[in-house]
Amino acid sequence: MEYFLTEEQLMIKELAAKIADEKIAPVALQYDEEGKFPHDIMKIIADSDLCGVYIEEKYGGLGGGILEMSLVVEELSRACGGISLAFAGTGLGTFPIILFGNEEQKAKYLPDIASGKKLAAFGLTEANAGSDAAGVQTTAQLDGDEYVLNGTKQWITNGGEAEIYTVIACTNRSKGARGFSAFIVEKDTPGFTFGKKENKMGIRASCTRELVFDNCRIPKKNLLAKEGMGFIVAMKTLDRTRPGVAAQALGIAQGAFDAALKYSRERVQFGQTISSFQAIQHMLADMAIQIEASRCLVYQTCRHIDSGAKNISRESAMAKVMASDTAMKVTTDAVQILGGYGYMKEYPVEKMMRDAKITQIYEGTNQIQRNVIALELIKELSSKK
Amino acid sequence: MNKLNIIVCVKQVPGTNEVKMNKETNTIIREGVEAIINPFDTYALEEGLRIKDKTSGKVTVMSMGIPTVADLLKETIALGADETVLLSDRAFAGADTLATSYALSMGIKKLGSYDLIICGKQATDGDTAQVGPSLAEKLKIPHSTYIRKIEEIREGYIRCQRMTEDGYEVIEMSLPAVITVVKEINEPRLPSIKGMMRAKKANVTVWTADDINADKNLCGLRGSPTQVVKTFVPVHEVQSEMLEGTPQEQAKSLVDKMINMQFKTCK
Repeated sequence: MEYFLTEEQLMIKELAAKIADEKIAPVALQYDEEGKFPHDIMKIIADSDLCGVYIEEKYGGLGGGILEMSLVVEELSRACGGISLAFAGTGLGTFPIILFGNEEQKAKYLPDIASGKKLAAFGLTEANAGSDAAGVQTTAQLDGDEYVLNGTKQWITNGGEAEIYTVIACTNRSKGARGFSAFIVEKDTPGFTFGKKENKMGIRASCTRELVFDNCRIPKKNLLAKEGMGFIVAMKTLDRTRPGVAAQALGIAQGAFDAALKYSRERVQFGQTISSFQAIQHMLADMAIQIEASRCLVYQTCRHIDSGAKNISRESAMAKVMASDTAMKVTTDAVQILGGYGYMKEYPVEKMMRDAKITQIYEGTNQIQRNVIALELIKELSSKK
Repeated sequence: MNKLNIIVCVKQVPGTNEVKMNKETNTIIREGVEAIINPFDTYALEEGLRIKDKTSGKVTVMSMGIPTVADLLKETIALGADETVLLSDRAFAGADTLATSYALSMGIKKLGSYDLIICGKQATDGDTAQVGPSLAEKLKIPHSTYIRKIEEIREGYIRCQRMTEDGYEVIEMSLPAVITVVKEINEPRLPSIKGMMRAKKANVTVWTADDINADKNLCGLRGSPTQVVKTFVPVHEVQSEMLEGTPQEQAKSLVDKMINMQFKTCK
């Protein structure tokens, strides 16, 4: 379908697709099995200028927005939803700086992220603060010119591999969520260590670790926005990066669909290719419908956000739910179409099905997203009365 | 390190393994087939770009071909080439390897000073592997083929590894020189977005036979002593027959057959 992408967006998509097909697809299974972090692939992505697609030109980026970021994530995810996450997770860690950083902070951190020299990560989730993000217990206490951080963040994408972390911590317990603040913490800061690497079902090339803060002292100037704005920083960031998860899901779904369609034209049973059976044809048609519908919603949501629209929570949540539910359905059906072979690791769809599951869970479970959508619908109706 | 001027020669080839021939003219059918840069030339370009990266030098890419080759030359700009020159003229049409290397040599003379010319070891369509060495002869400079590694390069000097069937030779040459490279030498990079944007705006210099002061009698079909009479895929038909019996019987039977086939008997 014609999505009226600009020439530059088409270039970005085409180049990301080339990297996916030529550099990622041949090694995706190996990275998955070894759970190896894709440093060498990130180097290729960096050399191609793609790390800076969503960063302003004056900081060395290409000046694009969420759509450009999502196009890259989608294409890379077609080949591997885990490797693409090194890129997407960096986006998540970078947006707090893009949205709330002051000039000094942007000038210090964004150029190295745009060039791909450094990766970023975002630290919000804790053992007792998942869907209920207001449960954050990590604290940051002002002591002279420094904040002292204490606590543990859990399941942090790019944990240990990234150089730059944006972390949400509580600066005033009595104010609840309004007592949260956002900070930039650099790797190798004394008192900042990493927990064990998690052994995950899917997205295994992505590195997920705990961030452990034990009297970790960071300069006061690393505070993003103002004290008490941490929850807003987190929510506004997630509203903007959720289409990135949707794009990841979309890419995984597309990859699985492509594999299933190709297989259906090659596999012969009862003397004919299985693509000639209506049972298979209808499955393929349904998969294609869901993918295209998801793509429409994801791209349009990205454009909605990039246009500067203020109310984006509902659309962003819809795109994420739609694309991730599609990814789960499509990858499961792809495994079904490949039958016994689909269940084997020699074929790519088994991994895709495992990779797809997380997209329904992280950056807000799809249940939480539905809450957000419903709340926005009710608010909208009430405001008309 | 002094800046080095590198020239990379590239050829447009059909992007397929199944090259189709025009049976009447005995030339390659290029219409309706996707055109790509000869894969071996992409290694030549990459090696040129790596020397450029190390020495802050300059890479100029040259090709001889039809006007649409300019699009392929733009792709080399996206990868990091500084300048591109296309030799394009009706007079160049139908060139064999001799006429091609003559035209390239005249284009290179017009470019002026250079340190190293890099070509792919051969093109995937003609597979002759002649243009690189022939170009060096035309320019009266040394050359070495099948280079798999450049060990050292500086102004006036290159030391490289030349691949052989059972290992490699270390070759030293004075510069300027021509090398042709094998795919083992490197892994070509992918383009960058900024490079692609630069390529979009870039102009490809186009030179005609007159522009490079080429003698038209030495160009194209007129300058090509090679005449392709016929192209065909050789048919290998081996008829075999197993001889039976005792060794003596088999030997006799074999000799009888050879005599029947008019092999001369040894006296």
